[in-house]
Amino acid sequence: MDKIIFGRFMPGDTYVHKMDPRAKLIFTFLFIFIVFLANNWLTYSILIGLTLFVMLLSRIKPIYLINGLKPVIFLLIFTFFLHLFFTKEGDLLFEWGILQIYEGGLRQGIYISIRFAVLVIMTSFLTLTTSPIAITDGIEILLNPLKKIKVPVHELALMMSISLRFIPTLMDETDKIMKAQMARGSDLTTGPIKERIKAVVPLLVPLFVSAFKRAEDLATAMEVRGYRGGEGRTRYRQLAWRTRDTMAILFLLLVAGVLVYYRGM
Amino acid sequence: MSEILALQQVTFAYPSDETEVRNAVDNVSFSITEGEWIAIVGHNGSGKSTIAKLMNGLLYPNEGNVRFMNQLLNDDNLWDIRSQMGMVFQNPDNQFVGATVQDDVAFALENNGVLHDDMVKRVQQALAQVKMQDFLDHEPHHLSGGQKQRVAIAGALALYPKLLILDEATSMLDPQGRNEVLQTIQQLREETGLTVISITHDLEEAILADRLLFMNNGQKFAEGTPDEIFALGDTLLDLGLDLPFAMKLSRLLQEKGVPLIGLNMTEEELVNDLWISNFNK
Repeated sequence: MDKIIFGRFMPGDTYVHKMDPRAKLIFTFLFIFIVFLANNWLTYSILIGLTLFVMLLSRIKPIYLINGLKPVIFLLIFTFFLHLFFTKEGDLLFEWGILQIYEGGLRQGIYISIRFAVLVIMTSFLTLTTSPIAITDGIEILLNPLKKIKVPVHELALMMSISLRFIPTLMDETDKIMKAQMARGSDLTTGPIKERIKAVVPLLVPLFVSAFKRAEDLATAMEVRGYRGGEGRTRYRQLAWRTRDTMAILFLLLVAGVLVYYRGM
Repeated sequence: MSEILALQQVTFAYPSDETEVRNAVDNVSFSITEGEWIAIVGHNGSGKSTIAKLMNGLLYPNEGNVRFMNQLLNDDNLWDIRSQMGMVFQNPDNQFVGATVQDDVAFALENNGVLHDDMVKRVQQALAQVKMQDFLDHEPHHLSGGQKQRVAIAGALALYPKLLILDEATSMLDPQGRNEVLQTIQQLREETGLTVISITHDLEEAILADRLLFMNNGQKFAEGTPDEIFALGDTLLDLGLDLPFAMKLSRLLQEKGVPLIGLNMTEEELVNDLWISNFNK
């Protein structure tokens, strides 16, 4: 049950790992906008350079990034071909029947693919170098101002952290139920799709029943331990914004400036 | 020694549609004084878990009252009283709230608004008390059941509770995990004189207590030291409770004509009794 590679936290001790989760969230968020500034070979090269730089800095093995791209690879190829065949700009490069490939289409296809890949890779850096709980903390604090307009920020963050905490528990449980059903002769892996979907029902029902039981137990345990909402609560995990965080954000803004300068050239 | 917790003629019935309502807890009174270890035993449905819920205000009695440190438990002082009472439940997984060991221990402290520096100190201290200080950043699914229960105990201890309630805390553990937890409790009592109420149907666990409360059909059937309770022998068996292994063995030996003197609740006592009886031949 360890198949979920995408976004799995890789503990480490690098510059990127040590950054404040808030800084990383802001960095990633800004990056999503900055990607759209690039519009020629030079600016796209800068984006790729930045991505490689972060990769080296965080010492994340490229294999994890490629694994991270896997779920979206189809989308990537699809958009590439869409642009390749349907953008009719520049010189005609290739013609075969109704198939016409223009220089502009090829260029646009490559650009869009790079944009897409860079975006996905950058966001995987966030989840690869930050523990889920730290991300939750970061989100909670960043969203704190929304409390003024009655958004239940604390409750949402707690829900998120409890869900994260229970993922492995429920995975184990699914595994157990699966084995129990297989031992009783239920066939989950072969046969036509319709049969397989039907076979999932006896898996889901016990899983749901036990999840509700767990939720009830957990609620009691929380109440006994004095939980009564976010009011008057202190925080055990403290986040510290350091120079390195300001530096990272400033660096990104600098890159954005460079991109604005060179775009359209 | 001052009284920590007392139940006075407590009666409770779960709401139901039927006209004939059976009381889950029926006219039960007992009190526990500081530094004591009480075990509440009884078979399934004897009302022992309901008592646990009545003790910390998860349920309120229909009749009678619950006093903690000479204060009547009510809605106003509920949270204050809960903060002085630690509770560990049966399922190790379903009471682990935090993402890591230290987060979980800190959970109750966060709820009670303890300041950060104090919190760090208390988390360290509590984990050291249950010998889990090397597991600060471990996630729950990498811990054994016994370790998780010890973390749950640490989570209760961090609040410096007056009373620790164990609600079947060892019943889902393997023998090793059970021993880990029981040793931790014994050690805590030696070091800090913590008051403990353990609700259990494991008689090996009950033997460790100073006093036993034997529940049957929602009523207090008997109360006394482990010696007094286990002297009831067959009555216990009739009411669906088992005897500790050493006791069963010595009863069988006696039937076979081996002259044994004591009740022999623990293996150690049985061994001693056996060699003494052999020595006397």
